[in-house]
Amino acid sequence: MPEMTLIDAIRQAMDEELARDKRVFITGEDVGPRGGVFRATVGLYDKYGPDRVIDSPLAELSIVGVGIGAALAGMRPICEIQFADFIHPAFNQIVNEAARYYYRSNGDWNVPMVIRAPYGGGIGGGLYHSQSVEAFFAHVPGLKVVIPSNPYDAKGLLKSAVRDPNPVLFFEPKKGYRLIRGDVPEDDYTVPLGTARVTRQGSDLTVYAYGMMHFYTLQAAEKAAAEDGIQAEVIDIRTLAPLDRVTVLESFKKTGKALIVHEDNRFMGYGAEIAALLSDEGFEYMDGPIRRLTGPDVPGVPFSHTMQDFFMPSVDKIAAAIRELAAY
Amino acid sequence: MPKLGESVVEGTVSRWLKQEGETISEFEPLLEVSSDKVDSEIPSPAGGVLLKIYVPEGETVTAGTLLALIGQPGEAVPEKLADQPVAMSKPAVPEVSASAGGRGGNGGARISPVVARIAAEHQVDISRIKGTGIGGRVTKKDILAYVEGRSGTAPSPALPEELPPWERPGSGDLFKPTDDLYKPPTGRDDQPSGPASALPAGEIIPLSKMRRLIAEHMAASKRTAPHVTTVFEADMSAVTAHRKANLDAFAARGINLTYTAYFVAAAAYALRLHPIVNSRWMEEGILIQPEVAIGIAAAVDEGLIVPVIRRADELALPGLARQINDLASRARAGQLKPDDVQGGTFTITNHGVSGSLFATPIINQPQTAILGVGAIQKRVVVLDNDAIAVRPMVYLTLTFDHRVLDGATADRFMADIKKKLEEWEG
Repeated sequence: MPEMTLIDAIRQAMDEELARDKRVFITGEDVGPRGGVFRATVGLYDKYGPDRVIDSPLAELSIVGVGIGAALAGMRPICEIQFADFIHPAFNQIVNEAARYYYRSNGDWNVPMVIRAPYGGGIGGGLYHSQSVEAFFAHVPGLKVVIPSNPYDAKGLLKSAVRDPNPVLFFEPKKGYRLIRGDVPEDDYTVPLGTARVTRQGSDLTVYAYGMMHFYTLQAAEKAAAEDGIQAEVIDIRTLAPLDRVTVLESFKKTGKALIVHEDNRFMGYGAEIAALLSDEGFEYMDGPIRRLTGPDVPGVPFSHTMQDFFMPSVDKIAAAIRELAAY
Repeated sequence: MPKLGESVVEGTVSRWLKQEGETISEFEPLLEVSSDKVDSEIPSPAGGVLLKIYVPEGETVTAGTLLALIGQPGEAVPEKLADQPVAMSKPAVPEVSASAGGRGGNGGARISPVVARIAAEHQVDISRIKGTGIGGRVTKKDILAYVEGRSGTAPSPALPEELPPWERPGSGDLFKPTDDLYKPPTGRDDQPSGPASALPAGEIIPLSKMRRLIAEHMAASKRTAPHVTTVFEADMSAVTAHRKANLDAFAARGINLTYTAYFVAAAAYALRLHPIVNSRWMEEGILIQPEVAIGIAAAVDEGLIVPVIRRADELALPGLARQINDLASRARAGQLKPDDVQGGTFTITNHGVSGSLFATPIINQPQTAILGVGAIQKRVVVLDNDAIAVRPMVYLTLTFDHRVLDGATADRFMADIKKKLEEWEG
């Protein structure tokens, strides 16, 4: 089984879907001959032509709007937003249109589209190349939000997203594009949406994470085990909406302590939802306060490297939080 | 702590309605107390400022224990009063609140929901566990380790059966200090005597407060009074006819006319004729109660409760029926007050409603007798002229305290009840 990077797995997923289903096409800024600013679509323009890999103007509202129209007409668009930070002009199209068509038309019309975007900080991108936007969209019924943390899941989840009849937001941790490597089968497999995964078994506490933070959390858990004998259970959320409540709660019932890690701002971040769910439905199993380790409530990931490091959760910060909660 | 009932020796502070420092006026509700299956609001005996609370919520103390001090602001208040009767703390088991407060060995740290649940499930006294969490908190791990360590059997020298009799620990009330007779059992940890052994197989239903109270009362009653039961049979034709004729008229007045009303009326009448039955055994002598107050045993979800109809001999059938309705519905709704369950001098238990023909009920201490009413059933009877007829019959059983009554007296009493029922004229 070949080992590949996160970005390679994403490209392979799109390649296979383009081949499998004529209705699938890609649109976005620089996706065509340029192959995407992160090389996500390298080679696809040559392979499938300008009708299947379409450069768009610098207008996110239109990228998504055109995608919605195409989806309503029976196509399966994969719309790329170059950086998740730029998705906001398309917010109205996503939230008011894509999310509501199925409900609004009583099931007559659906919008089977994928909107992919690199998200997250740690690459020196500053305020407009580092944002996490998952909380905004996970909040809206009618949208699915998926965030892979490794190449195997990235390929399988993206394929499932393309085949899903609903609008799916697929956020990719850009810091991990080349950093995270893993084995990826070359055949056609999917990872179902709406399922979280226990990526490390433990009994002292549960750490919930996704994206780049999941990658760091696994390392932090190993550190805490080696240095302090703490056995943390780690859950990779994978699909933020709809959430796999069963896996989330089952782990909490086992350990009684929860730590949620995300790089997004703390207040009203995705972690708040998990915390509320656990305290509501897992109350009798609670053995300690439910904690969140997150980015601070600051309007943007700073450009200065020192400030960026202050903002971002890291392996050491996660390990410290694990130790503190385990000791409670 | 007020004495909330004749045989009630303790009460539990369920809720302070005022906090330290708050002003209170005389008769304003000060706290809620629960005891003997009923909850009551205690009015303040005086006006002023609630200076100090000595007994916190959840704690059980004997009647007479000082609960709080009310005075004027600025008065010196002792932290603890010197000669307080020993406060008997309830087991940490169901009363522990998940949020605030831990006790003893828990170092004052909080008891988390899961620890509280495990403690309840395994009847563990949390204060016995050494906590390894922050501030000495007992963690889930700690309590699980404790439970596991406990159920593994400690090596025992010999089973009780193998020891010679003088080596075996004593059991029974003679071997218990008197205090223990009134203490609710504190869980398996404190079982007297014997080496630790694993529980027998099968489901264990935790004892509710009501269940414990009933158990204590019944066992004590049987121990104290020599129980004898005499059985009579009564022809209910007259009563049945009267009831049928009057049912609608009573219903129009909002009264559900039940058979119970007739039995209460007959019993009240007979108790007036035989005051020795409306009595109570005391060392000083047999106390003849001045008032006839008849309790009706009622089944509720958790067990049973006996609301009392006071001055039952002074009420006519409508009054009795109305009171019975009211007490029964309030018993079912859990809304009885301490006054409703106190002061009874005689009890009737209607086991017939569940199909029983006759039974030998246990005397409701400190009364002298209890009347059991069986199911009213059509039976074949032989009349005076040797003819065979079908009549609605009922078995009436009187269990009485043989210290107070002899068989003949009890039977005379029952004969009058029978006569009253059989010759009912309304």
